[in-house]
Amino acid sequence: MDRRKFGTKFFTLVASSTFIGAWLKKATAQSSGYDPSKHYYGMGIQINKCIGCGRCADACKDENNVPKEPFFFRTWVERYLIKKDGDVTVQNIDKRINNTSENVTEKDILRSFFVPKLCNQCDNPPCVQVCPVGATFKTEDGVIIVDEDRCIGCRYCIQACPYGARYLHPENQTADKCTFCYHRITKDLLPACVEVCPTQARIFGDLRSSTSPLGRFKRLNKLHVLKPFLNTEPKVSYSDLDGEVR
Amino acid sequence: MTQPVHQMLYELLKQATGFIYPNEIEVHWGILVVVYPYLTGLVAGAFILASLVKVFNVKEVQSVYRLALLTALSFLLIAPLPLLLHLGHPERSFEIFLTPNFTSAMAMFGFVYAWYLMVVLLLEIWFTYRKDIILWSKNESFTMRWIHKILSLFSTDISEKATLFDKKMVKAITIIGIPSAFLLHGYVGFIFGSIKANPWWSSVLMPIVFLFSAIVSGIALVILIYMVVTPSRKQKIDMACLDKMASYLFYAVIIDFSLEFLDFIHRLYESEESIKILSDLVVNKLFISLGIIQILLGMLLPLGIMVVIKLFRVDAELRKLLYFVSAILIQLGIFATRWNVVVGGQMFSKSFRGLTAYKMELTGIEGLLMTLVLLVLPFIVLTILIKILPPWEHAPVSDLEAVSD
Ligand code: SF4
Ligand code: SF4
Repeated sequence: MDRRKFGTKFFTLVASSTFIGAWLKKATAQSSGYDPSKHYYGMGIQINKCIGCGRCADACKDENNVPKEPFFFRTWVERYLIKKDGDVTVQNIDKRINNTSENVTEKDILRSFFVPKLCNQCDNPPCVQVCPVGATFKTEDGVIIVDEDRCIGCRYCIQACPYGARYLHPENQTADKCTFCYHRITKDLLPACVEVCPTQARIFGDLRSSTSPLGRFKRLNKLHVLKPFLNTEPKVSYSDLDGEVR
Repeated sequence: MTQPVHQMLYELLKQATGFIYPNEIEVHWGILVVVYPYLTGLVAGAFILASLVKVFNVKEVQSVYRLALLTALSFLLIAPLPLLLHLGHPERSFEIFLTPNFTSAMAMFGFVYAWYLMVVLLLEIWFTYRKDIILWSKNESFTMRWIHKILSLFSTDISEKATLFDKKMVKAITIIGIPSAFLLHGYVGFIFGSIKANPWWSSVLMPIVFLFSAIVSGIALVILIYMVVTPSRKQKIDMACLDKMASYLFYAVIIDFSLEFLDFIHRLYESEESIKILSDLVVNKLFISLGIIQILLGMLLPLGIMVVIKLFRVDAELRKLLYFVSAILIQLGIFATRWNVVVGGQMFSKSFRGLTAYKMELTGIEGLLMTLVLLVLPFIVLTILIKILPPWEHAPVSDLEAVSD
C-alpha cells in the first residue's frame, strides 16, 4: 500500500468514524439526550398581567387529560375583589363553581385582581413526605410528579398539600396534579399554560439561569410565595401578590 | 364510574359556602376512614385494660383479662379492612411493604400492625392459653381436638416449670405490649396530627388525645361485652369487677376530657389565622356531632352518671343499668370524636375562606351499610374466638366434669 492510498484510506476511515460518531450522538440526543441534572425548573407569575381569561386552565385540561368537569384542576384562576370596607370576596373564574352570587358594585371596590394557581412544585413538599409508597416524588430537575402505576390512591397527599393543588383522577383513581407539563419541558417546549397565556403573565424557566426570562423576572420584581410560614419553599413565585391571597 | 362522582359533586357544590379551592369540593376521607381509627382505638383500649390487670395485678378485673385480649384481637383483625376498601387501588396496597417511604406516617401502618398483631397480641394470647388448650384437647371431639392441637403448636408440656415460664412470658410481653398499644394508637393520631396544612389536625396533642380516647372506648367496650356475654352464659355479673372497670373508665374519661379541653383552650388562646374558619366549622357544620353527641351525650352525661354512682349508694341492679347506659353513650361519643376529627378536618377550605359539605351514601363501598358491616364484623370474629378459646378459665373442662358427674 503506497503512502497516498494509505492517506486516503485513513482519511475516509477517520471521516466516516467522526461522521458515525456525530450521527450516533445526535441519535442518542434525540432519544434520551435530555439531561435532568442540567435543569431546575420554576415559574413566575405576574399578577398585574393576568386578565382572568382562563385560557391557561382550558389549555391545561386539554393537554393533560384532566376531566372537563369543574372539580378537577391542575391549574385554575381566582378572582379577588377587595371592597372599601375591607371585605374580601374570592371567586373562581370558572362560572360553574363560582357560587358567590354577591352583587358588588364598582364603586364599592377598592381593588380587584386575578391570581392563577397551580402546584407550587415545593422544594420541601409535604405531599412527597406523606406518600406511603413513594409514588409522589421529586425529579432531579425539581419537578414533583406522581407515578400513576405506583399510586395506591390513599389520598394522603391530597390532605397534605396546603394549596389544594391535587385531586384524585376519577378514571385512574390515582392522585393527579400539575407537572409543569413534564412531557413538554423535557423536549424543550413550554408548559401549555405558559404557551397560551396572551399577556405572558406566566414565565417558565430554569431557576439557575439568570439571563433567561425567568431570571430577568426574578431580578426585576419583588417576589412572594404562597403560605411561606409552612416552609414548603414553593418554586412558583408571584410578583405584585396581595396579602389577602392564600 | 366518572358520572356518579360528578353528579355527587354537583350536588355538594350547592351546599358549599364561601370560597373553596376548586379541587376541595370532594371530601376525600369519608366514613371508612372514620371507622379505621375507631376500631384501632378499641383495640388499644381493650389491650391496655388487660395490661392493667396483669401489670398491677388487679384481682377484681382478673375475670375479664382474657375477654379483653380476645376483644383486642378480633377488632385488630378487622381494623385494616376499612383502609383497604377505601384505597383507589387496593390491589397495590402491598407496595407499602415493598417500597415503603419512611417519612410517611401511613407507611408505618404495616409495620406497627404486624408488630402489634404478631409479636404482642398473638404471643400473649398463646402463652396465656397454652396450658388450657393442652388440657382441653385431651377430652374433646375430633375437630375441636385438632383445632386446639394445632393452636398449641403441638406442645404438650404442662409441667409446673413450663407453666411458670408461660407466666413469665406473659408478664414480659405485657410490658412490651403497653408501649406498643400506645404506639399503635399514637401513630394513628400522628397520621392526622402531622398534616401541617390542616389546622384542625395539626397539633402535637393529637396522638395523645387519640390515645386517651382509645383507652376510654376500649374499656367501655369490654364493659359492654362483659355485661352482655355473662348473662347469656347464665352466670352472675361480678359486681366488684364491674365497679373496678367503671372506675377505670371514669378516670380515663376525666383525663380525656381535660386533654380535649386543653386543646380547645390552646387553639382559642393562640387564635391563629385559621380560628375564624374553625369556629364557623364548629358552629355551622359540627354543632350536633361535636357539641351535642361528642361532648354532651358522649362525655358530660356519662361523667355525671358516674359521679352520681360514686357519690350516692346506688344498688347493684340500678348500677348495672347506669353503667350499661354510660358505656353505650361513651361509644357513641368516641365514634363522634373520630367523625369530627376526620370529616370535620376536611369540611373547611385550606384557603380558610369557605366550607364544603359531606354527604354519606347509603350503599356502595363508602356507604352506611358497609360501615355497619365493618362495625359488626369484629363481634362475629369475637364470637368465633370465644368458641375456640373460651376466656373463662378452664371453662370447658369444668363443663365436661359437670356433665360426667
Ligand atoms: S403545591 Fe402541593 S402538590 Fe405541589 S408540591 Fe407543594 S405540596 Fe405537593
Ligand atoms: S394518593 Fe397516591 S400519590 Fe398520593 S399519597 Fe397516596 S399513594 Fe401517594
